[in-house]
Amino acid sequence: MSSILPPAQRVWWNQPVDRIEITWVLVALAWCLFMFFMMPLWHIYGRQNLTNESYRISPTAYAAKSKEMVDKYTVRTETEQKIPVVHPPVGSDIYLVARLWAWEPLLELEKDKTYRLHLSSMDYQHGFSLQPINVNFQVVPGYEMVVTLTPDKAGEYTIVCNEYCGIGHHTMLGKIYVVDKKG
Amino acid sequence: MAINRIFRTDPISGLLFHQPAETLMKANAVAGVVALLVGGLLAIVVALTRWPAVHLAPADSFYQALTAHGIDMLIIWIIFFEMAILYFCSSTLLRSRLATPRIAWLGFALMVIGAITTNLAILKGDSSVMMTSYVPMPANPNFYLGLILFAVGALLGCFVFLGTLVIAKEERTYEGSIPLVTFGATTACIIAIFTIASGAIILIPTYLWSIGLISNIDPLMYRTIWWALGHSSQQINVSAHIAVWYAIAAIVFGATPMSEKVSRMAFLLYILFLQLASAHHILVDPGHTAEWRIFNTSYAMYLAVLASMVHGLTVPGSIEVAQRLKGFNKGLFEWLRKAPWGNPVFSGMFISLIGFGFLGGISGVVMGTEQINLIIHNTIYVPGHFHATVVIGTTLAFMSLTYFLIPVLFKRELILPRLAQWQPYLFGISMSVFSLVMMGAGTLGVARRHWDMAFTGAPLGYEYPATAYLLMGVVGITAVVAVVGGAAFILITVGSILFGKRLPQGSYGAPAPAPQAPMAVAIEGHGHVGIKGFSAPGTLVLAFTFLALFMAYYAINWKYLASVWHFG
Repeated sequence: MSSILPPAQRVWWNQPVDRIEITWVLVALAWCLFMFFMMPLWHIYGRQNLTNESYRISPTAYAAKSKEMVDKYTVRTETEQKIPVVHPPVGSDIYLVARLWAWEPLLELEKDKTYRLHLSSMDYQHGFSLQPINVNFQVVPGYEMVVTLTPDKAGEYTIVCNEYCGIGHHTMLGKIYVVDKKG
Repeated sequence: MAINRIFRTDPISGLLFHQPAETLMKANAVAGVVALLVGGLLAIVVALTRWPAVHLAPADSFYQALTAHGIDMLIIWIIFFEMAILYFCSSTLLRSRLATPRIAWLGFALMVIGAITTNLAILKGDSSVMMTSYVPMPANPNFYLGLILFAVGALLGCFVFLGTLVIAKEERTYEGSIPLVTFGATTACIIAIFTIASGAIILIPTYLWSIGLISNIDPLMYRTIWWALGHSSQQINVSAHIAVWYAIAAIVFGATPMSEKVSRMAFLLYILFLQLASAHHILVDPGHTAEWRIFNTSYAMYLAVLASMVHGLTVPGSIEVAQRLKGFNKGLFEWLRKAPWGNPVFSGMFISLIGFGFLGGISGVVMGTEQINLIIHNTIYVPGHFHATVVIGTTLAFMSLTYFLIPVLFKRELILPRLAQWQPYLFGISMSVFSLVMMGAGTLGVARRHWDMAFTGAPLGYEYPATAYLLMGVVGITAVVAVVGGAAFILITVGSILFGKRLPQGSYGAPAPAPQAPMAVAIEGHGHVGIKGFSAPGTLVLAFTFLALFMAYYAINWKYLASVWHFG
């Protein structure tokens, strides 16, 4: 009897299971169940979860919503390209556009305040990767995902694109500035 | 039409080879190694470009090389070799003639044509869309067409395998149940059929879209179904390379399964649950509910992870029992110390087992946890993980099996035996460091599939921490060492097949009427070895070490996640 030969006992399923095997199977099963329940538990007690909120939307309709926000709340522009920096009201809906090859507009948010960040793409798929805290979302054209977020530290954060989107992929950066109003 | 019933009994191993099956195994293995060679050359371009101090290729060539590297390694090399394994596990292990060799050749031809078509499309330069080819980024229609042809060819191979199982049963070429290794191969075959069906469902419409017959492919639907191809195809590899581990344990040590029931149940769990794993890739996508994510990403409560943890115990456990029965029964680890570490068939398989479990397994489960995925998705951690599973796990296991097949199937003595002794260590250890530092760079936020971590030419800038640059430098260096290790493998195998000393092959003729035990002596029961009623205590210690590391790493990641901004 060997693993490359048919089992020597025809009725192999009656062969008693080795003690070491049953020990390990039970321990491993307990660990697997623990890992399984961690996920729903984190939805209840953890503070880093995705919502189920997302919508179908056409790129033009999404761009229009974003433009409306930019027109209302732009506080300054940056770089030679005059990229707008938007300071939206606390708690409001923010429409971030991903396109070849930019994240627009740049955002200025307040520390410890909660916002509803909307994400959608105008063209290909993109990856929202917030550095240096390293939080990542997939951005898909035709879909609008809503993420509520609460920045807890002031500073400059960079959005790197981490879904390959063509030759200029490596130039696709955006910014979120978190400002401390009290300080 | 006469059926070819010409067999030979291999004088070294005692295995029975059916002539048409033997030729098919050789052809598929050789085609696989050719793809490995191409993919390995491309790996040099990819790795030297991601090494920040070298930054070799321009952006377009980098993405082109990366697309072809993914396709040639993850799909073409591995599936060709798996076809050889399917024919070996059915025809050879069941001592049966192969069903419909002509259809098997048709499948092989389709796979070759498909592989060349896709590679040419990438070479043309208008299909640098990565292996995943996410819509709506378009590729040349031939890119998809080649993949479809390759998949249809592989599907024919799966049917030949299943047909051979039927023939072997009909013609009573074996007694009782099929061997465990064949059972594992059957698992791989069933998952392969599911995988290829998913591939057809998504790639055929995408092909029609690329030639203008369909106006729109929904990108979210594409991702959801594509990953039923993309991840499940890696589950074929898992089933296949675990079958190879069991086979090598049997070949080198005459090992028997600790119990047939447990090992077969574990394979059955793969069939039932592994397919759900495609959810791992779309955890941070819009449109899926938390319930869906949790159920699917956990493979329904991690029952497929359980299966891998079981194999991770029973494979070394069966080796330990076999070694103890041979007299290496002292202490916890004499069986392991006295194992044939100079035999690349064993050393490669054991490094594959350890690397797959400790590096690939742990990182895979951790990053596939619904919320932890937030801090890992699409960073270079992901290729770090799958180089541990697919390169150390699958590729190294297949390399080890090849060292066994060269004398047995190709009837040649290995050339450069000293180099062959070192090759699994060179390749396995460099790939392990490579995977680890890649995961490290990923936790620092370095993106995968990214030409320039310095963002040259971007209107805005970002500076990764210096450690990330250091780690990416080590990625480059270890990749070069691993490519040297891979080149050594190709040199040894191709050199042996062409120039190795010919070995006696045994004469072709009708099969021996009565099946004989081809391998080591029959071993019955293992109640009298081991310590305190545990037949494989050393393996149990290794298993608990694994579990302790797993738990610690899992906890660290939750702790890190808890420290980032609040979401949701």
